[in-house]
Amino acid sequence: MAPRPKMDEELNEISRKVTEMALLIETTIVESIKAIKEKDMELARAIVDGDEKIDDMEDEINNDCFKFLATQAPLAGDLRYCISIMKMIRDLERIGDHCEDLAKYAMRLENEEYYKDLIDIPRMAEMSSKMVSNAIRSFVEKDLRLARKVWKADEEVDELFKYIYEEQMGIAEQDSSNLKVAIMFAFIAAHLERIADYATNICEETVFSLEGGYDMTL
Amino acid sequence: MENKKKFEIKGLNLYYGNFQALKEIGINIYEKEITALIGPSGCGKSTFLRTLNRMNDVVPGVTITGQVRFDGKDIYDKDCDVMELRKKVGMVFQKPNPFPKSVYENIVYGPRIHGMRNKTDIDSIVERTLKEVGLWNEVKDRLNKSAMGLSGGQQQRLCIARCLAVEPEVLLMDEPTSALDPVATSKIEALLQDLGKKYTIVIVTHNMQQAGRVSKYTSFFLTGEIIETNTTEMIFSRPDNRKTEEYISGRFG
Repeated sequence: MAPRPKMDEELNEISRKVTEMALLIETTIVESIKAIKEKDMELARAIVDGDEKIDDMEDEINNDCFKFLATQAPLAGDLRYCISIMKMIRDLERIGDHCEDLAKYAMRLENEEYYKDLIDIPRMAEMSSKMVSNAIRSFVEKDLRLARKVWKADEEVDELFKYIYEEQMGIAEQDSSNLKVAIMFAFIAAHLERIADYATNICEETVFSLEGGYDMTL
Repeated sequence: MENKKKFEIKGLNLYYGNFQALKEIGINIYEKEITALIGPSGCGKSTFLRTLNRMNDVVPGVTITGQVRFDGKDIYDKDCDVMELRKKVGMVFQKPNPFPKSVYENIVYGPRIHGMRNKTDIDSIVERTLKEVGLWNEVKDRLNKSAMGLSGGQQQRLCIARCLAVEPEVLLMDEPTSALDPVATSKIEALLQDLGKKYTIVIVTHNMQQAGRVSKYTSFFLTGEIIETNTTEMIFSRPDNRKTEEYISGRFG
C-alpha cells in the first residue's frame, strides 16, 4: 500500500470531481447547440438554470484543492497536478458561461426564421466540444501526445470561425433583413471559438502537470 | 552567476568496516550559499556532512577514498591541519548541546582554545556572535548564568553563536531544528537566511518544507549515493529523477 493513503485519497476524490465537472461541461456544449438548432426552449432554460451547478462545482473543487495544499503540502508532481486542476476548473467554469450565453442566443432566436439550415455551426460545436473532451481526457489519462494534438487542432476551429464569420457577413450584406440573425450566428461562432481556446488551456495544463513546463510542440 | 566552489567532492567513498556508507559521491558546495541534504534515515547524508570537516576520523574502522577539496585543497591530504580545518568548518548538531557552563563560557571556549587571551577582544566576540544569532537582547543580562537554563531554541542559537566565535567560513548543520518547536524553528530558519549571506552552509534536514524555504541547492541522497543535485526550486517543483519525486512526495514505504 502507498505510504500516504490520506493524500492519495484526497487527490483521487479531487480527480473524480473534476471528471464529473468535465462530463457535465461536455454535455452542456452539445446541448446548447442543440437548443439553437432545434429551437428547444426548454433545453435552453435548463442550460441557463444549470450554470449555477457548474459554478458550485468549481467552488467545491477549488476549496478541496485549497485544503489539500494547506494540509498535505504537496510537492513536485502532486503540487503541479493540484495547481493545474485549480486553473483548469476556472477554464471549465468559463466554458459553462459561454454555454449559458449560447442558450440565451437560442432564446433570442426562438421567433427568428433561419435563412439556411445550420451545418457549419453544429460542426464547429462538435469540433469544440470534442476538443474539450479530448483535452480533459489527455489530463485524466496523462496523455501528452493527445494534449499537444488537441492544442494544435485549435487552428482548424479558428479557420472555421473565420469562414462562418465571413459567410454571415456576406449574407447580411446581400439582404439586410438577415442582419439580426447573421450577427447572432457570428456571435455564436465566436463563443464556440472561445470554448476551443479554453480547451487549449486545458491541454497546456496537462503538459504543465506532467512536465512542469508549457512546451506544446508535438 | 554561480559562486565560487567552496567544496569540490569527487568519487568519495566511505566504509564503516566492510559496509560502504557513501558511494562515489560527487557534488560541489558553493560559497555563501545554503545547500540542503535530504534523504531517508541511513542514506548517508549525515556521514557525508561529517566528511567535510573530518569528523569521521574519530570513528573506528572508517576508510575514506576519493577527493574532498576545500578551497581547492584536499582535506584528506596528509599535510592538512585538522584543527585549522575544523575552525574553518564548524558544526551544529541535531540536539542543542551547550556545555554545562555559563552562556559566556560557551562562546569563549573556542577562541580560548585557539589562543585568544585579551578580555576586551573576547568580550567583543561574545557580543558580536550573540547579536549575530539574535540572542544578545535575550541573554545580555544573564551571560554568567548557566546555558542549560535557556530554552531549546535559545540553546541552539547559542550553539550556532559558539560556532561563529572562531570565525568559520562554513557551517555544517545536522538537522538543527528537529528538536525545536515551530516558533524556535522559524527563528533558526530566519537566522540561516542571514548567515547564508556571509557563510557557506550545508544543512541536513528531514523537513522538506524547510529545505524548500532555506536552501538554494538541494541534494537527494539514497542508500549512500547522490541521486540528484539541483537548485532547490527544481528539486521541489520538477525533479529529474523518479526516485527524488517519490521521496519528496512521501511515496517511499
